[in-house]
Amino acid sequence: MLDLRLYMLQRLSALVMAPLVLGHLAVMIYAIQGGLSTAEILGRTQGSVLWFAFYGLFVFAVSLHAAIGLRVIIHEWFGLKGPVLSLLTWGACAGLLVLGLRAVFAVTVP
Amino acid sequence: MKAPARSHPLWLAFVLHRLSGLALALFLPAHFWLLSQALTNPSRLDGFLAFAEMPLVKLSEFGLVFLLAVHMFGGLRLMALEFLPWSDRQKTLAAGAVGVAFLISTTFFLKAV
Amino acid sequence: MTAAQETLDVTVHRGTTRGARYDSFQVPAHASQTVLDVVSWIQQFADPTLSYRFACRVGMCGSCAMMVNGTPRWTCRTHVKKVAADGKLMIEPLRNLPVIKDLAADMDPFFDKWTAAQGQHHPSQTRHDPIEPIDPVDPLRVEADLGVECINCAICYAACDTVAGNPDYLGPAALQRAWTLLNDSRDDGRGAILDAVSGTGGCHNCHSMGSCTQYCPNELNPMRAIAGLKRETAKSFFKGKRNA
Repeated sequence: MLDLRLYMLQRLSALVMAPLVLGHLAVMIYAIQGGLSTAEILGRTQGSVLWFAFYGLFVFAVSLHAAIGLRVIIHEWFGLKGPVLSLLTWGACAGLLVLGLRAVFAVTVP
Repeated sequence: MKAPARSHPLWLAFVLHRLSGLALALFLPAHFWLLSQALTNPSRLDGFLAFAEMPLVKLSEFGLVFLLAVHMFGGLRLMALEFLPWSDRQKTLAAGAVGVAFLISTTFFLKAV
Repeated sequence: MTAAQETLDVTVHRGTTRGARYDSFQVPAHASQTVLDVVSWIQQFADPTLSYRFACRVGMCGSCAMMVNGTPRWTCRTHVKKVAADGKLMIEPLRNLPVIKDLAADMDPFFDKWTAAQGQHHPSQTRHDPIEPIDPVDPLRVEADLGVECINCAICYAACDTVAGNPDYLGPAALQRAWTLLNDSRDDGRGAILDAVSGTGGCHNCHSMGSCTQYCPNELNPMRAIAGLKRETAKSFFKGKRNA
């Protein structure tokens, strides 16, 4: 159940992610050619401020966006509301943020 | 009680958008965890990447790319519906979103195999 | 193969709670017959205890709205041949509303939400002011006019899956009415309306699945109206930030 504020957060995070998703898809289509290896990935991303910023922003935006989306689904399909719903929403956001930032650090920080 | 007949296009677009979002939200933690293995256990990541060369895995990746693309283009259609002046061509736009998503994911698949 | 269908297999919801029981009737089939004809026949010739609503029987009042084979329709404007090719009919009260008895749904929540969305006129003048001329081709007036013919039949409300999943959601009809008032130059309730549609039950819950527009018998477009409300509330969101 969204009020104006959550709705705007959802839409704004979506707008932020649109170019990031397009970039990610383009990179994946490029990178997947000829197979993939850890060394290959790290060779491109390690030590790069650009990739750190790109995927760092992506992780922030998706943590908000996915958490709010899950909130709606959990409410409409499972009927949860009140404090339990908020707990799950925040939990999803925190979980994605922590795991996502760990991944970003793993591939960009030398 | 049976629910209203739902096979109309915009309802299908809604379900596709919701299910693709849900699938992506559930997929992401695994995706993040795997990537962080680059730091803690690079050989495990390499092992997985080798396993991922299998055609079935590539097919699943095609599915994931499709889900991401269709969720994004569907979402852009929704925001156009909401924030731009009204257009009556919503069904066409919805079909277009699916089409473009399919094109992108097919391109990925063809490059991947 | 078989002779032309002589009777219809009709299953009707009965009772005071949803799903209480379903009664079956064999109703004579006719060449030109509406679902309202079928329900009336049952009450007149088979079971006088059946409760149902109708009034105009010509598609103007919306009182006869029910679920017919899972779809919300005006039963007086639904030809049996169109919805029951195999001669089978399932008739239930409108979805998403409490049941009073049998086929009569309780419309109170629907009207409560109409009020909660500020769907009533907010006067800006008194009887002592001159009558304000309204230009029918003014763009805002045209936009408002798209939604003013709503007769509150609650078919859109019954069709909407978001209403089904979210008890707080005001619903397509109430929000469409709020939109027509927002665009009405005589209405003085802009702030109240925007507030009312921005709460947890407001327009931002709409997923644009369009069942409201798909099933509205008056061919209105609540989804479009709700999109308009989203646009206006988003604008006020940014304006608010600048003033804060």
